[in-house]
Amino acid sequence: MSRSPYVSTALGIAWRSLHNVFTNPALLLPALIFPLFFLAAFAGGLSAISDTPGFEYPPGYTTFVFGFVLLQASALGGIFTGFSIAADFERGMGRRMLLATRRRSAIIAGYALTAAVRVLVTWTIVTTVALLAGMSVGGDTGEIAALYAISLTVNVIALLFAAGIALRLRTLQAGPLMQFPIFMLLFMTPVYVPQALLAGWVSHVASVNPLTLVLNTNRHLLAGQTAELFATYAVVLGLICLLAAWAVTGMRRAEAAG
Amino acid sequence: MSALTANAERSPLPTQVGSLAGRSVLRTLRQPAMIVPSLVFPLFLLAVNSAGLDAATEIPGFPTDSYLTFILAFPFVQGALFATMNTGQALAEDIENGFFNRLALTPLRGSALIAGQLGGLVVIGLLQATVYLAAGLFAGAELAAGPLGVPALFALSILISIGFGGIGMFMAIRTGSGETVQGTFPLLFVLLFFSSISLPRDLIEETWFRTVATVNPVSYLIEGIRSLFVYGWDAEALGLAFGIACALIVISISISSLALRERMVRT
Repeated sequence: MSRSPYVSTALGIAWRSLHNVFTNPALLLPALIFPLFFLAAFAGGLSAISDTPGFEYPPGYTTFVFGFVLLQASALGGIFTGFSIAADFERGMGRRMLLATRRRSAIIAGYALTAAVRVLVTWTIVTTVALLAGMSVGGDTGEIAALYAISLTVNVIALLFAAGIALRLRTLQAGPLMQFPIFMLLFMTPVYVPQALLAGWVSHVASVNPLTLVLNTNRHLLAGQTAELFATYAVVLGLICLLAAWAVTGMRRAEAAG
Repeated sequence: MSALTANAERSPLPTQVGSLAGRSVLRTLRQPAMIVPSLVFPLFLLAVNSAGLDAATEIPGFPTDSYLTFILAFPFVQGALFATMNTGQALAEDIENGFFNRLALTPLRGSALIAGQLGGLVVIGLLQATVYLAAGLFAGAELAAGPLGVPALFALSILISIGFGGIGMFMAIRTGSGETVQGTFPLLFVLLFFSSISLPRDLIEETWFRTVATVNPVSYLIEGIRSLFVYGWDAEALGLAFGIACALIVISISISSLALRERMVRT
């Protein structure tokens, strides 16, 4: 049975992009090393924070930090794939892809598939290291499946955001523009302590930051506690719709630029 | 003999250093992309960490009730890490675009080249220290050492910047590649995070992390700066910080000089 041209295009782009990533350690390693680095630095250096009054998270600080690291790893997987899009368009490969493809959204779908496979590898390594480091998980199979499903949507959100910028600017110099806003949003969540213990301006920003809801849900699912699943899915799916439009209009800009 | 060569032959060392330092300063000031990230990024992390980790002051034995005061050493050391990149990147560009080769044809002394390159570093170091201190005090941090602590803070901060700048210079001379210099940044970032940057060493619970932080020299640089904010005049912390900063300068400038000699021969 032959595949539809749309699927063939997406798979072809994903295959090429994944081949580039997995044969070039300089592209593969940063996305792996950064989450591991933060896991070690935060879980190792800051575990005393869990002794502060009001810090209630039964599975322990390593699990608490893992909730953030998983979110960060998922977002980074999308951003780094955005770098690949920018590089492809900067070197002229993107133009050739546009010429060879009838439905251009298949190009974005191909890169989204790339980001998903990349993040799957990162999750496997980061989760294994966290379990070896003594992370305890209170959630059941369904809750853990939901945790990774939500993390996958974060990966798609970051990819679509980065793709929108990469397709508009079509240069690797746009890297900081893809990275910095996501980095800021990630760090303006309750990274180190539960939301109730945040102080100052960060507590106000965190309360309106959509990633705070995702992070809290991650942590609740890991601990086997009641999570605001529906609200979280509503937020992430809403963001996906919004950023899909951002990425598709970016593709139109790239087409118009020739 | 060209005019430049004749002029350089006559010029004493201070003149050579002055010319190159002037170029380095101008070059740094003319490139906002070199200055802005090294100011904005540490301030952003300072703001986020001081609010996000404020609850840490509730840990029994925490030395101050203001986490902002405690963490204010962070931008000073992070800014110095940026100095590594800036100095290394500038020199690597000189090597990549051939300017270094042209300099090598003149009677310029190697020591002048190194000292001159550090000129821009001192300017940006002063600028960074001023901005970080002003931002910290404005946000409510305290300087326990009082007004006399300011020159000590600036001196230590600049020495640390020169020490790390020397590492960037070594990387640039050795490899001649800006990309390689940039590639060392994550390694230096690891040194920063695997230190006593977020908590005092005696409050770090994980034994392996406390051991890493204890053998990591960056911990002592941070603790020296932090002592001025939190404790006032702590002779041991300051002595260790100044000693390590000076040792870092001696080591990094020595290996840079050796690498420079080797590159001059190759040129």
